[in-house]
Amino acid sequence: MSISFTLNGTPVSVDVDPEMPLLWVVRETQGLTGTKFGCGIAACGACTMHVDGQATRTCVLPVDAIEGADVRTIEDIGPETPSAVQAAWLSHQVPQCGYCQSGMIMAVEALLDEIPDPSDADIDAAITNICRCGTYDRIRAAVHTAARLRREA
Amino acid sequence: MSDTPEPRSKVRTWTRRSFLATAGVVGGGLALGLTLSPNRLKMSDDSVATGDEILLNTWVKVTPDNRITVFFPHSEMGQGAGTGLAQMLAEEMEADWGAVSIEQAPATDAYINSDLGRGYILGQGANIPAFMYPMIDFAFLQIANGLVGQLTGGSTAIRLTGQHGMRRAGAAAREMLLQAAAAEWDVPVTSLAARDSVVTHAASGRTATFGALAARAATFSPNLKPALKDSAEYRIVGTSKPRLDLPEKVNGAAQFGIDVVVPGMVYAAVALAPVRDAQVASVEDAAALGRSGVRQVINLRDAVAVIADSYWTASRALEEVGIDWSGGQTDLSSAAIRAQHMSDLDTGDMEEMDQAGDVSAALASGTALNAEYEVPYLAHATMEPMNCTVSLRGDGADIWVGHQNQLHARNAIAETLRMTPEQVTMHPVYLGGGFGRRGDMDFVTLAARIAQAADAPVKMIWSRETDMANDTYRPAIISRMQGAVENGRITAFASRYIDARSGMPDSERPFAFQYEVPNRDVARVICPSPVPVGTWRAVDFTQMGFFHESFVDELAEAAGADPLRFRMDHATPRRRAVLERLRRESGWDRDLPPGQAIGVAMVDSFETIVAQAVHVTVSEDRAVKVNRVTSVVDCGRVINPSAAEAQVTGSVIFGLTSALYGEITLEGGGVQQQNFPEYDMLRLSNAPEQAVHFIASDHAPGGLGEPAVPPVTPALCNAIYRATGTRIRSLPVAKSGFWAA
Repeated sequence: MSISFTLNGTPVSVDVDPEMPLLWVVRETQGLTGTKFGCGIAACGACTMHVDGQATRTCVLPVDAIEGADVRTIEDIGPETPSAVQAAWLSHQVPQCGYCQSGMIMAVEALLDEIPDPSDADIDAAITNICRCGTYDRIRAAVHTAARLRREA
Repeated sequence: MSDTPEPRSKVRTWTRRSFLATAGVVGGGLALGLTLSPNRLKMSDDSVATGDEILLNTWVKVTPDNRITVFFPHSEMGQGAGTGLAQMLAEEMEADWGAVSIEQAPATDAYINSDLGRGYILGQGANIPAFMYPMIDFAFLQIANGLVGQLTGGSTAIRLTGQHGMRRAGAAAREMLLQAAAAEWDVPVTSLAARDSVVTHAASGRTATFGALAARAATFSPNLKPALKDSAEYRIVGTSKPRLDLPEKVNGAAQFGIDVVVPGMVYAAVALAPVRDAQVASVEDAAALGRSGVRQVINLRDAVAVIADSYWTASRALEEVGIDWSGGQTDLSSAAIRAQHMSDLDTGDMEEMDQAGDVSAALASGTALNAEYEVPYLAHATMEPMNCTVSLRGDGADIWVGHQNQLHARNAIAETLRMTPEQVTMHPVYLGGGFGRRGDMDFVTLAARIAQAADAPVKMIWSRETDMANDTYRPAIISRMQGAVENGRITAFASRYIDARSGMPDSERPFAFQYEVPNRDVARVICPSPVPVGTWRAVDFTQMGFFHESFVDELAEAAGADPLRFRMDHATPRRRAVLERLRRESGWDRDLPPGQAIGVAMVDSFETIVAQAVHVTVSEDRAVKVNRVTSVVDCGRVINPSAAEAQVTGSVIFGLTSALYGEITLEGGGVQQQNFPEYDMLRLSNAPEQAVHFIASDHAPGGLGEPAVPPVTPALCNAIYRATGTRIRSLPVAKSGFWAA
């Protein structure tokens, strides 16, 4: 069965098991490996993409549930010049091992789309991804910086 | 370290000269830290220098376009060591930092991180942790097997590779470039200066770039003992250079092991024994093989693998395989292990570790305390689950794996595949966290066995559940302590503890009490864990730090003393300075409202002293909110303050997570925790505010990947005690009815 959706602005059609989670469809059939596998039960957020603009954990999202949707991955953030979030991430030197950061950045991009100037409580509520290296303090600071960079842009 | 045992005699008799000769014998690959002399270049790895590129020595490459590549023999797992090491090299080389890039050295013998050996050979062995000695023996005595090197762990990158290797490699490269210019212009070397990758002859105004001089520089022999810069002249070391690996870690481009794509590759999902050491009795695979995309079901006796054209397909099909397991340690449980520990502490063979004075007399004379502390097994839970990609070809194998010990992994795979190490090519990738887990061989040899049974290159990925239930855990252990105080001083310290054999050597002395006490009696019972255990960030310091730094608070109370000042009264001057700084920075002497308190702890590990103050609020219903953690660190010279701070703040989260949530339990021979809800983590919402202060120091750099982990747990528990009067002697805090807010 063929399932069609838009991936980073390009229409794609995949012929896979309809139950296959979007994460694996994107990683294995589309060759975009920036989005990571962490837990397989939507507990850690490493697999976060945007589905119709919403930050979505894709390791449990069957691909047939997103027929016709607009899917955006970390590879489409920037990519020519860093986004405000990426610039803030670099200026605060956020990543350590970096494995969770694609998911973090996608979650933060979506947060700032919805709440341009989030409070700490907004950040706490929206960004529930796990970072095992413990980069949380820099993430919080970088979210505020990114919000400012977006406003100034 | 005065405690390090004497190196074995065979090692001691080696000299630098014979060592270098040996390097030649083994094919020139073994450039001990510093040098691969130019006449050995042709024997080095062709893949490293190509075309008109010139290798000045094994760790730095200069190209005619004046770009400098620093090769670092460690894995990048988040610690940023590559950048720090490049800073150390570039500083001595007088390189233009903007032209420097880093690359992980290929896992061949040419890049053995034998700064360890070198530091020893050049008489600087005092800073080499003794747990490396067996490796050095290996390096020296069995070098032909190449079974050494490229270890990332023990907080060694900066303090050993950088301090002993990179700095001298950079300085030697600079000297060779100056010699090249001197020859080119026929002027004395002493009339030349290097700066920002340019050599200048002030008298004539002539200049040449490093790139232009590189070819000629390579014709000179590197100096084994080049002159090193005065630290007052440092311009690169000590500054927060942005990490060179981060741009590709914010756009998805960084390639981790799990991201590798090999043409024709298939995927493997694996089921490991649900009961320790159980074996596969039978496999019913018809349903799995009927699923579209499934190619093979492989019975490995101790595991079952499903091979499919997608990882998800393989993992779904694995659920459809009927596996009968038989045997194994079905009566293994946390309760049984604990009972064994208790019995061993009562009646087991005690091995004396540290003894001085007369403990009994001191206990009888002063105010005596007894306490029993224990800690559970802990999982590493790296964000990237274990994975390994193996591609077999007629004459060898290609391996892609994030590993902390690439050369050892290469050899383990070679042994599994019945190949020589030279037939196995390791391809470096980023590690999605390591914390010690990625130093083990179990998952790489399993991948190799699966590849042998498959008919295509295979990427094996463990599910989170498989990863968590088959970790090499931080051991659960128990310590019984006794102490006495008299007139405000600790007069006795005694402990009996379980040594579960984490792999940490005695020479690192995590068992030693770090305060001045005249009467001591420390003994252990060796009780190897029936569950696989391994190195877990900071290793045995995590347990001993909790035991000792909690107990010293108890002793302080018995002495009627302030816990921070009590520590200062018993500490060495360097440790005392760290504590005093913490007192000032943390607001230690402030009055706090009821329910709030600050706890303190200090642990000296991997040649770095870290003292931390944890400020908590504990509610009536025992919810613990960690408000703020202040860390004061004396790690000697700080190479990159921003990267150093990140290691400390990250370690604080790592340690707090374990104290608040961490516990792996066994029942019926299997691990009960499967995924993050049962083995939870701190998140943004409950991560504390943090402040990190470094003591300005000219000491040689200590380690920093681990030392900030151990103190935070006892500091937290000491804070909870001061807030509530409940002393936590068993972790996690939930055992005492507390929970993380």
